[in-house]
Amino acid sequence: MKIKQKYDVVVIGSGPGGLAAAIAAKKTGCDDVLVIERDIELGGILLQCIHNGFGLEILKQDLPGPSYAQRFVSEALGLGVETLLDAMVLDVSPQRRIFATSRKGGLYDIEARSIVLAMGCRERTRSQIRLPGPRPAGVFTAGTAQRWVNVEGYMPGRRFVVLGSGDIGMIMARRLTLEGAKVERVVEIMPYLNGLMRNYVQCLLDYDIPLQLRHTVNRIIGNHRVEAVEIVAVNDRWEPISGTEEIVPCDTLLLSVGLIPENELSRKAGVLLDPLTGGPFVDDHFQTNVPGIFAAGNVVHVYDLVDWVTEAGYIAGRSAAAFAIELRRWENRHMPLVAGENVRYVVPHELDRESLTMGAVRIQLRVKQPIESPVVVELRNGEDVLVKKGEPYARPGEMITLTIPSKVYDLVQKASVLSVHVVQR
Amino acid sequence: MAEAYDIIIVGGGIVGCMVARYLSRYKLDVLLIEKEADVCTGASAANTAIVHAGYDPMPGSLKAKLNVAGNAMWDTLAGELNFAFDRRGDYVVAIGDEELAHLQCLLEQGKKNGVPGIHIISGEEMRNREPEINPSVSGALWAPTGGICDPFGVTIAAAENAIQNGVKVYLETAFEAFIMDGKRIIGVRTNRGDFYCRWVINAAGLYADMVMHKAGIYPEFVIKPRRGEYCVLDQADITVRNVLFPVPSKASKGIMVTATVHGNALVGPNSNFIEDKDDCSVTRAGLDEIWHGARKLIPSLDTRHVIAMYAGLRACGNAPCRTPGVDYRQDFIVEVAEEVSGLINLAGIESPGLTSAPAIALRVVEMLLEAGERLEEKKDWQPIRPPRPRFRHLPREEQLRLIREDSRYGRIICRCEMVTEGEIVAEIHAPIPAKTYDAIKRRTWLGTGRCQGSFDMPRVVDILSRELGMSPFEISKRGGSSRFLLCTTKEVNHED
Ligand SMILES: Cc1cc2nc3c(=O)[nH]c(=O)nc-3n(C[C@H](O)[C@H](O)[C@H](O)COP(=O)(O)OP(=O)(O)OC[C@H]3O[C@@H](n4cnc5c(N)ncnc54)[C@H](O)[C@@H]3O)c2cc1C
Ligand SMILES: Cc1cc2nc3c(=O)[nH]c(=O)nc-3n(C[C@H](O)[C@H](O)[C@H](O)COP(=O)(O)OP(=O)(O)OC[C@H]3O[C@@H](n4cnc5c(N)ncnc54)[C@H](O)[C@@H]3O)c2cc1C
Repeated sequence: MKIKQKYDVVVIGSGPGGLAAAIAAKKTGCDDVLVIERDIELGGILLQCIHNGFGLEILKQDLPGPSYAQRFVSEALGLGVETLLDAMVLDVSPQRRIFATSRKGGLYDIEARSIVLAMGCRERTRSQIRLPGPRPAGVFTAGTAQRWVNVEGYMPGRRFVVLGSGDIGMIMARRLTLEGAKVERVVEIMPYLNGLMRNYVQCLLDYDIPLQLRHTVNRIIGNHRVEAVEIVAVNDRWEPISGTEEIVPCDTLLLSVGLIPENELSRKAGVLLDPLTGGPFVDDHFQTNVPGIFAAGNVVHVYDLVDWVTEAGYIAGRSAAAFAIELRRWENRHMPLVAGENVRYVVPHELDRESLTMGAVRIQLRVKQPIESPVVVELRNGEDVLVKKGEPYARPGEMITLTIPSKVYDLVQKASVLSVHVVQR
Repeated sequence: MAEAYDIIIVGGGIVGCMVARYLSRYKLDVLLIEKEADVCTGASAANTAIVHAGYDPMPGSLKAKLNVAGNAMWDTLAGELNFAFDRRGDYVVAIGDEELAHLQCLLEQGKKNGVPGIHIISGEEMRNREPEINPSVSGALWAPTGGICDPFGVTIAAAENAIQNGVKVYLETAFEAFIMDGKRIIGVRTNRGDFYCRWVINAAGLYADMVMHKAGIYPEFVIKPRRGEYCVLDQADITVRNVLFPVPSKASKGIMVTATVHGNALVGPNSNFIEDKDDCSVTRAGLDEIWHGARKLIPSLDTRHVIAMYAGLRACGNAPCRTPGVDYRQDFIVEVAEEVSGLINLAGIESPGLTSAPAIALRVVEMLLEAGERLEEKKDWQPIRPPRPRFRHLPREEQLRLIREDSRYGRIICRCEMVTEGEIVAEIHAPIPAKTYDAIKRRTWLGTGRCQGSFDMPRVVDILSRELGMSPFEISKRGGSSRFLLCTTKEVNHED
């Protein structure tokens, strides 16, 4: 498919948020909707979430991630949403120009009437929780392990400790157990569970994986590959309590210590971020502080359920579409008014079609050559004459005025350019 | 028949690689051996990356002399080897009136060492130059010749340039012992067999004492690791434009806050002796310590902006300064061994070793000449190491051209630092092939941003395995047992 230069709505990211936004934009009446995705297929993070639990709220069905995504992929494609895959958006300007790069197509420079940011979120890392120790292989975020195990079919370890009781961590603890690995325990620094109770029951309890609240990993052991971790109890101020250290042998430490909205692009576009959510400040239409730039899904704040991401995507997509449609109306209002036969110039240079609804419009012109006999002044759309007027003569020194009456409004709507001519009668 | 060389360099840190580069100018057969899977993995890979002006070392010491001489060589070197270097000057910042007196001492010391252009500026001037500075700043020493660099970039470029000019580099090759003929060194024994040579240059960093002891010399010389820990802060969240030292303590130059050539802010290092020469752990206490120190300079620093942590080990020796009358017992050793023949020791090279490395290398050439080597220049010596393109730094037209030539430059693998597949593949097939994740990281800066590789890691493992024709299970973080993947799913037996 050929990528156009200009779109009504460009959606960045094809997770549930982006797909819902694209679907809603189409349904609201936008002709040209494009989704740009850096991965080679549509669907976002859901493609690696092969467990079920998706869709209970809005589809009233319990689906695995890829099936949930497929519903929306099919709907979007069915509606004629265009896609640009395997393409990374590098830059977005406040004027809504988008630069993207891909292996196949090189660099793209696309104009959008409105944009929906739907880049999702990323995981917090070891450094962000300031986890001490050396830096061996075998410390991975749960999502990286999820990709290896669920998409590529590789095991990044045999004996695991999971730090953090986030949903991805608990879900991975179960997955790894099912794949034959040993998950020693899930360790959580807070006195309560971080993820959903449902996941605790279905992923940990059902598989006898111990959860240790008020504990953390005090340090990692192993220079080349993780050999063990030191687990320690913490006090009310999250400080390690000495004397409670315990060395737990393992070859991998998975981190499930929180998600952060992914807003590098948003910043480049001048979008203001809320330090609390990590996502843009938005209004109830999910519009950011930059007019015409909207945001949907985990890029705004981290949701518990994908169903809510989809709902947010619908709202953002509808709002972005309304913005684009309004803009398009303004863009197409003006048409050029050009000098035709024996006309040196005509003012105004452009005509706002809608002006005729307010009354007649007067235009003024000068001729190139004098004609000392009666002439006709004509306003034409191609060969069709819309307005004409007689004059006894035409001289370059004397300006001619022509009035376009309201009644030609319909004829003017059909034109893309109007010309003025002064010819001998 | 074992391979024979004129010179074998032990250690592929900045010192060894710089020596290799300067020796590559002459008609000599040179081999550099490095025990790790890549060059630049020791102190040269984990330091503050400052090209010091030279006001800090004790006047009269070798450190002072080589620091100032080395500093002056960096502009030409950066031009020839094409690495990131920015001579933006540095400051020693005095907080409160008590510290002000120290600046005067440093100024005088700097003048004795021959540091150009240093002078003291007022607290107000300092506040203007660095708006985020602690408002109680009372004055600062300004050294316009201070600079920052990319230490991997320098070391790798030097090694590549040496290879371009005929030097051989063997990785994963560890020196184990000398082959001697009486008091004469005639070769080295390694885990990969014996190599013969006329000279050995000991640039083994933390292990330089061990190498000397293997030759039976300097039994009293010992190197102790002195650890320095760091945090890197996200460039989006904090901008520090300057290189800011505190007033130094006796033990070290103190915990500083500095800009890096990659645009991040770096805070650290502390300075603690440890036992284990391989222990690059970051500790909880250490992080608190550097954080406390850094906030003294820039109170607005926020721990939430930390994106990476690391630690480096200084090769802290106990060599007395050779200059008569200078009482200093932690000097560099840069000399031809006297008790055995065929050995040059470059030992105890702690800070400012990075800065001094080119001057140390030149000194090695001089010492060889003094020892009677007839060094003949190669006519076709090529001092320029061409740079490889870095997509994120190019203007759009250049990016487009690159993608047209090789579409792999259109595929972004590291989303935070915008590193493309084309760059990764180029590094895998470079003069020193980048065969591990860390090797690619050090060269392209991939995986160093906010997500710390969680996005690119599976993709890089995939590219490495494809390009090297190896199974993904053999791909490692930094060689040896540091592999990422252990088996395919359903194949695990955790009882093994
Ligand atoms: C590693 C990980 C694992 C998760 N696992 C689960 C789980 O098991 N269960 C669960 O309920 N939730 C999970 N989540 C939460 C998940 O993010 C949401 O449930 C849901 O997928 C959010 O939808 P989204 O549309 O906001 O973002 P995403 O699904 O993340 O989609 C964002 C899309 O934007 C694309 N993108 C981003 N930047 C660019 C760019 N510059 N150019 C082009 N494309 C771009 C990304 O490739 C991605 O496809 C996980 C999140 C992460 C990060
Ligand atoms: C925390 C810290 C901060 C610093 N900050 C600065 C600074 O800002 N400015 C500055 O100028 N200097 C600084 N330095 C000093 C500088 O980093 C070092 O002086 C310099 O990197 C030393 O280089 P090297 O080649 O001697 O050592 P290394 O880089 O350690 O290289 C030695 C190499 O020898 C190899 N090796 C060891 N044993 C063997 C063996 N048996 N066989 C084969 N190979 C072997 C090692 O693997 C290693 O690669 C700092 C140092 C530290 C630790």
